Amino acid sequence: MALDEARVDALDEALDEAWELAPQVALRDEAFGALAYHFTTRRLTFLKSRDLVDVVRLLGGSTTLREALDAAGVDAGSWDAYARAVLALADGDMVRRREVAA
Amino acid sequence: MTVAAERPMRLVEHFEHGLDAPICLTWELTYACNLACVHCLSSSGRRDPRELTTGQAERVIDELQAMQVFYVNIGGGEPTIRPDFWHLLDYAVAHNVGVKFSTNGARITPERARQLAVTDYVDVQVSLDGATAEINDRVRGAGSYATALRALDNLAAAGFENAKVSVVLTRENADQLDDFKALAESRGATLRLTRLRPSGRGADVWDDLHPTMQQQRIVYEWLLAHGESVLTGDSFFHLAGFGESLPGLNLCGAGRVVCLIDPVGDVYACPFAIHDTFLAGNVLTDGGFARVWRESSLFADLRAPQSSGACTQCAHYDGCRGGCMAAKFFTGLPLDGPDPECVQGYSEARLAADRTIPAASQDHSKSGSSHAPVFVPLGVGPAAPPARSCSEHPLEGFHPHVDHQGVARG
Ligand code: SF4
Ligand code: SF4
Repeated sequence: MALDEARVDALDEALDEAWELAPQVALRDEAFGALAYHFTTRRLTFLKSRDLVDVVRLLGGSTTLREALDAAGVDAGSWDAYARAVLALADGDMVRRREVAA
Repeated sequence: MTVAAERPMRLVEHFEHGLDAPICLTWELTYACNLACVHCLSSSGRRDPRELTTGQAERVIDELQAMQVFYVNIGGGEPTIRPDFWHLLDYAVAHNVGVKFSTNGARITPERARQLAVTDYVDVQVSLDGATAEINDRVRGAGSYATALRALDNLAAAGFENAKVSVVLTRENADQLDDFKALAESRGATLRLTRLRPSGRGADVWDDLHPTMQQQRIVYEWLLAHGESVLTGDSFFHLAGFGESLPGLNLCGAGRVVCLIDPVGDVYACPFAIHDTFLAGNVLTDGGFARVWRESSLFADLRAPQSSGACTQCAHYDGCRGGCMAAKFFTGLPLDGPDPECVQGYSEARLAADRTIPAASQDHSKSGSSHAPVFVPLGVGPAAPPARSCSEHPLEGFHPHVDHQGVARG
């Protein structure tokens, strides 16, 4: 139970943070979404929905993940799922937290 | 790693239909090689006089950049034999095409190692087919073990991180897996283990060198135990027939996410399928690589639904998917049936029966006509030194191992 709450907190936190595509990462569009390639770790990751690709592309220009999701027109009901996806991408250094000037 | 926000889809299905550009592209820069490894998949030895020029090779790289092919596996022959090899490497990296190249190591001098250590986006694979000189040199030629180890030492001393020790699994080295791993790790490198296919000169030695069924089982268990710390190019997915799928992508990617550009610009479905049957076109005469990739009728066929014959009845089909197309083709088995090394044993009868092995459609071996090196299996007689050319050339030979499917892991 406590674990679940911690997870929900982590998702909320992620939604309120500023993110960006890691500078060493390139995206290649494909019919199913996109390939993301990290030139330094040489890891290839598959973004398996067009919406997720849109969100990832919007991260750098948005103040928070929420804002990016909103801009991409993602239904609020699935924002947690997107937050999870962004956290998974962050684990592989595909996206990273961005410092925002106060 | 696979990240899906909503409905998870199976990547395998996407890949079966082919992508806009390959994920795993191998480019053999030259067929020239001083060695003559008995199992060389490209039957390398002599340079083909029609080899792409520097300018033509640069145009290929430009196209790869435009298609966002993020990296290429460069092989040969021995790619460093090309005088413009280091230039093309720099050119590719400068154009956002990372390079992983395979070498026997002879030209990985301390200076080159230092240069490589400070070049981003370059990965080096040193080929080694025995954890001891005795086993390695029987396949790769006298002195090739010492050369490979010297290269690995030079890379480690220069601070090059995480080189790969690339091993083709054979009947003779299958019990050296722990030794290979220790050897790699002692040099800060990672072991890469791939499957022997009956391609090129490999066709001549496959019967003697491919692992026994018992060895396949041991390798399977070993990979299950060490899968995370060892690279396999996802080349052992036919072992899923033993029960569990190994990590990675279980799919033949030929012409779908995998392909080969050969030294003269011919595009084949897979580096292990250098045969007219799998030739899709040429980058010079068919309007460039992108066009061949996207419009070749051969690739369209490979991306269409395939029939898998008897395999579809098999309980392990989901993981194994009938195995390797090239392995079937070059052993004369039907493409829509089980892999020649089907671990359920469904190919044994066919292998024992009369088969017609397809004739090679090209051969760059040195000593005249066909398939120069002679391999004598252990315990059958004195090992034939496979590489007379050693004494003539400062380089050792090599054959590329292809991370043809090491893509869906992470
Ligand atoms: S399974 Fe065989 S034919 Fe298919 S891509 Fe791999 S090596 Fe090539
Ligand atoms: S029958 Fe086909 S699917 Fe089953 S293990 Fe053998 S090769 Fe694989």
